[in-house]
Amino acid sequence: MAVEMRLPVARKPLSESVGRDTKKHLVVPGDTITTDTGFMRGHGTYMGEEKLIASVAGSVERVNKLICVKALKTRYNGEVGDIVVGRITERRRSAEDELAMRGFLQEGDLISAEVQAVFSDGAVSLHTRSLKYGKLGQGVLVQVSPSLVKRQKTHFHDLPCGASVILGNNGFIWIYPTPEHKEEDAGGFTANLEPVSLADREVISRLRNCIVSLVTQRMMLYDTSILYCYEASLPHQIKDLLKPEIMEEVVMETRQRLLEQEG
Amino acid sequence: MASVALSEAEKVYIVHGVQEDLRVDGRGCEDYRYVEVETDVVSNTSGSARVKLGHTDILVGVKAEMGTPKLEKPNEGYLEFFVDCSANATPEFEGRGGDDLGTEIANTLYRIFNKSSVDLKSLCISPREHCWILYVDVLLLECGGNLFDTICIAVKAALFNTRIPRVRVLEDEEGSKDIELSDDPYDCIRLSVENVPCIVTLCKIGYRHVVDATLQEEACSLASLLVSVTSTGVVTCMRKVGKGSLDPESVFEMMETGKRVGKVLHASLQSVLHKEESLGPKRPKVGFLG
Repeated sequence: MAVEMRLPVARKPLSESVGRDTKKHLVVPGDTITTDTGFMRGHGTYMGEEKLIASVAGSVERVNKLICVKALKTRYNGEVGDIVVGRITERRRSAEDELAMRGFLQEGDLISAEVQAVFSDGAVSLHTRSLKYGKLGQGVLVQVSPSLVKRQKTHFHDLPCGASVILGNNGFIWIYPTPEHKEEDAGGFTANLEPVSLADREVISRLRNCIVSLVTQRMMLYDTSILYCYEASLPHQIKDLLKPEIMEEVVMETRQRLLEQEG
Repeated sequence: MASVALSEAEKVYIVHGVQEDLRVDGRGCEDYRYVEVETDVVSNTSGSARVKLGHTDILVGVKAEMGTPKLEKPNEGYLEFFVDCSANATPEFEGRGGDDLGTEIANTLYRIFNKSSVDLKSLCISPREHCWILYVDVLLLECGGNLFDTICIAVKAALFNTRIPRVRVLEDEEGSKDIELSDDPYDCIRLSVENVPCIVTLCKIGYRHVVDATLQEEACSLASLLVSVTSTGVVTCMRKVGKGSLDPESVFEMMETGKRVGKVLHASLQSVLHKEESLGPKRPKVGFLG
């Protein structure tokens, strides 16, 4: 039994702890990015009075002649082909719906789906046309900012530590025990309600705490970063990962490993 | 109370986890989340405190004002509680939505603060005429589960931080009384918070009970027990909330757990408050921009 109380500590700016050499060019809406008209404008910018102005708060990215501003914290904007994890909040009420769907999906259920089309007002239409999408069974949901989920080829990962994870582009991360038989994927519409073993639970709880630590230190989430963080957290107890100093230590080690791997 | 929607499978996962003493974030059934306490955050109050427990954020301000004592207790001052559920906490509190929860919390605070919690006689200035009234205002900034425990910790910390100016009553020859405030702004009386209780909320999930439930765990629990415990382990008040039923054996077990956890909670809070005070007025203040 543990009750730990502390005095609050002011957060340190990240650049001090990381020691970054190249400073990012940060802008806020309305800042001039450049007066050079030779650039093509990308997301997050607009042309006004012969100069390129930022329309979101974030860091400037430049690829050859294309300048865009990558926002640090945004609402999710759907793109065709994104994988999302979502919760059903309400449903269309019609006779056919009552007869057919209610047996499979209820309000409050979690599903994984792919974005099929985006409407002009920002609404997205989803499809679950393959068996790997569909209703999600037992597991843990972690909600993070969508800007922290890195775009990759696949968002369904079976981690070697014993659990699987779905990194939704909308910021909803689903951690669940790896199903033993490969035919039953995460989707389908029948949920397995058998108790999950204690070993699997420990892996899932540890992964959840690792993801929360990465998010508090604003690190991008992808399978490698989550895996390195998991391995760095093994010497600590799962509930100790909720303490700020242990979170910092684990994320620092993850960052080191990722830099070594790139360099 | 703010609530989250959960799927059946998620609820089953949480319930089974609790049975095996491994909750979703790795805590055991009797572990609290990490708590941050800071006092003296609001400058124009007599005492204030801010407590953050996971995603729950509570701000308490105490203002001491002079008034007339109640008719039935002419030698004592009293406390008035007011709870404001800000719309910042959750969209359900918009407009008048938070009033019900606010009144419920305020009524619970009135019940647990009985005669022996705070020395009310020390708040009396002159019997039947003047006394100190402590207006305790609680503001819910963020709602992340386990409101009652956090509010009680914050109220205790704010009362510990309260400084009431010392006054003297001067009587002149004609018998009219005059109240004189001491010149020195640091000359004040402090309250003893030894007997102020703390609430421990125990939520029944499946066959076991957990302490410090998150919003998701609260959604899986049908019945909870609020136990108000002093630092010596004495139970001052007990209340059951929720639609489900509890059998007497569970109630007894939960009460024992509440007493145990309550004593540890008090010890922890006392040590943090004393540590903060020992740092003196020059301590780095974090406040709201930290």
